[in-house]
Amino acid sequence: MNAPIELRADETFVLNVGPQHPATHGVLRVKMEMHGEYIVNAETVIGYIHRMHEKMGELKTYPQFLMNLSRMDYLGALGYSHAHVLVVEKASGIVVPERAEYIRAIMVELNRIASHLFWFGAFVMDLGGFSPLMYALQDREHILDMLEAVTGSRLTYCYFRFGGLYNDVDDDFIAAARRFVPRMRKSLKKYRRLVTDNVIFRKRLEGIAPLSKEICRKYGASSAVARGSGINFDVRKNEPYSVYPQFDFDIPVYPQGDSLARYMVRMDEIEQSLRIVEQGLDKLPGGPIMPEKKPKLIKPPPGDYYQAVETARGSFGVRLVSDGGKTPYRLKLRSPTYSNMHLFDEACRGMMIMDALAFMGSLDLVIPEIDR
Amino acid sequence: MICEKTRTALEHLIPTPDAATAGDGQESGAKGQTPRPNGVIERDYAVHGYHLDAQMACEQLLAAVAILDENEFFLETITGVDWIAENQLELIYDFSRYDFDLCRVVLRTRVDRRNPVVPTITGIYAGANWHERETHDFFGIVFSGHPHLIPLLLPEDADFHPLLKDFKA
Amino acid sequence: MRLTLINVIVAVVIAIAFAAVNAAYLVWAERRGAARIQRRPGPNINGPFGLLQPPLDGIKLMAKQLTIPGGADRILFIIAPILAMFPAITSFVTIPFSETIVAKNMNVGVLMIFAFASLGSMSLLIAGFSSRNKYSMMSSVRAVSQAVAYEIPMLITAITVVMIAGSPDLMEIVRQQSPSILHWNIFPLLGNSHNILMPLAFLIFFVCTLAETNRAPFDLGEAESELVAGFHTEYGSMGFGLFFMAEYANIVIGSCMTTILFLGGWSCPFGLFPGVWWFILKLYLLIATFIWIRWTFPRTTIYGLLNLSWKILIPLSLANLLLTAGLIKVF
Repeated sequence: MNAPIELRADETFVLNVGPQHPATHGVLRVKMEMHGEYIVNAETVIGYIHRMHEKMGELKTYPQFLMNLSRMDYLGALGYSHAHVLVVEKASGIVVPERAEYIRAIMVELNRIASHLFWFGAFVMDLGGFSPLMYALQDREHILDMLEAVTGSRLTYCYFRFGGLYNDVDDDFIAAARRFVPRMRKSLKKYRRLVTDNVIFRKRLEGIAPLSKEICRKYGASSAVARGSGINFDVRKNEPYSVYPQFDFDIPVYPQGDSLARYMVRMDEIEQSLRIVEQGLDKLPGGPIMPEKKPKLIKPPPGDYYQAVETARGSFGVRLVSDGGKTPYRLKLRSPTYSNMHLFDEACRGMMIMDALAFMGSLDLVIPEIDR
Repeated sequence: MICEKTRTALEHLIPTPDAATAGDGQESGAKGQTPRPNGVIERDYAVHGYHLDAQMACEQLLAAVAILDENEFFLETITGVDWIAENQLELIYDFSRYDFDLCRVVLRTRVDRRNPVVPTITGIYAGANWHERETHDFFGIVFSGHPHLIPLLLPEDADFHPLLKDFKA
Repeated sequence: MRLTLINVIVAVVIAIAFAAVNAAYLVWAERRGAARIQRRPGPNINGPFGLLQPPLDGIKLMAKQLTIPGGADRILFIIAPILAMFPAITSFVTIPFSETIVAKNMNVGVLMIFAFASLGSMSLLIAGFSSRNKYSMMSSVRAVSQAVAYEIPMLITAITVVMIAGSPDLMEIVRQQSPSILHWNIFPLLGNSHNILMPLAFLIFFVCTLAETNRAPFDLGEAESELVAGFHTEYGSMGFGLFFMAEYANIVIGSCMTTILFLGGWSCPFGLFPGVWWFILKLYLLIATFIWIRWTFPRTTIYGLLNLSWKILIPLSLANLLLTAGLIKVF
């Protein structure tokens, strides 16, 4: 298993996995040179749903671009909006009320749980188990209902504003969130019994696609890909932003680097996010959700600003180059899965196709977010 | 800690003229101002979101990246900016660290807009491959020595570079 | 003589109808069962409890065009689904549902059913090979290596049972088990074998049945997240329908064989009121287990699957065979 192979050129064939393939979860294509079931070489081809968000960023004014961020990652949209509003606020010196920051953190964490739940279901489905997806979607539905009541949408939120929020949370939301936390904990226990402790499941993931720290660093991997390889890296802790320093939570790190470690990191992260939501609800201060003094027109002073946040998929960064105008001079979106996916080509060499596709699932890919 | 070390190493590589430290408050982004001279500037993290900002000639780029690689930085992203007024293309390399010794480093280099050629850093950071291809797609910057410089996000036959300021759809 | 011939023809037609109806309605049962496991309604629109779903699906499939991919081997491509369904249906002829309900009993029934079972994997090979699709090709290679690996322990286990009964005649095998549950081959405390390893043999046989019928967690041939749909990727219309029905017909045969070889066929656990209802009850309990397993477990890997057979199941079943032979000699 996973042994290097030496062979002649005429013994291989090319297998096109994608752009329409059930395991790629979107329009991603991997050209694999195969020797039987073994992958000799792979080349990932992306860009099938490239929409040039960065050009749109240059053409639209700052508030107009708010809604684009949630179209990047349809599963964990709020984290991406968070980075955008943070960098613009930082650049133009807008002070955000504390209540707004707390609500942002709660919402982002709920969204992170929803994203991880969907990934969990889809990942187990990649491995051939169908039912966990349905269970995960039912839990996710509770989150979407809560978020819908406050933000007005279920998937592509446009909830954050420069300086604050679009809508305040009400008592119904707080009650629902408090009810949700213990229910989710119960579900996590069920997932552990049904999936994590399943012997077939563990056998399929243990020791598959071990990633070294070095390869993670060379490719700039983040999220569970880095943390599953023993790298204690989470932007929320390493480079604290927003109100995250106020929360007490841990960063799950597993040193093995295999697909199971990546799986365990994400499952543990759900628990940590629940802790943040709980603490956020406890500490939620009163007050306004928008600052009293806010410039009518957002025109950050000329300069170069960068803000990274930890989204559900890893370290997402927005670089804003402003020339003092109404629109950004340049808006660079650094998406985490772009880097995570990039190491697939190198890491999957010599693997069997079913292991490689399990590995691909463990990277937590969202294609619109890679292609932007 | 590591910031100091990296700064010293980078300053050793790029001798800073006195003018650069004097013009600390001056932003490179402002239109119509004199372009920033090469050198290392320490930025206010709370405002800019990074600590070290080093501008250099593109011949020094590989040496600078090698310094960061030795100090175990990871490559965050590579991007470009089109300064059409100055007829230059700026390349921005973002580096950060996995440990808690926080230090974000930004390397910048400027090339002529008509003949944008920079050396590739894929030899040092394999992960730069896609970032450089993307920058090639959007700005037409040629990374000399890149192993596979074909369009990545744009269609295979794309001969346009959408993020150039004079690009008309 | 003529009357007997008519009897046989009628019985064969009934057996084939039973196979077809079962294959169709197991799809419905599977979808309802999966829905129940996944907390959703399942098909419930067409007819009461969605019972009209299978015939309507059949009509839809038959109304569709059978497309043959360019470059495919046309003859083999068309033969493959027929070859999948044919052995599945023919096997029903020799399966005894009770003392009287059997289309045509043979004194080598076990042999015939296994012979047809190995023909099934041939159809997968032909389908994958003729489709001119790399995914199908890989799938058919997998299916064949899987069939070879799992036929061996399955046959060895069946031979164990045949040795205990002293006959390859399916009816004779059931008759030997009929007195009570303690005579059943799954737990033979009475009878002519006292082999305490037989529950293990039952498990081996059951796992092999799962693998032979390409069911989860051993559905590597049609692993939809890796090989799209495997050997039937290129099939549409009734070609696909036949593969689908053959899979369920094979499940029924596998369960029938398990019932006959290990669970005492139509005999009652307490020796009372033996009859076809006991057979049906055991059969559908086994099929329900198939469905339950499918919707609970993820898929294994191809090397995990082959290792399980060659390194665990075959040595175990051989050891069991030797032990049974010794015990029969002793008692």
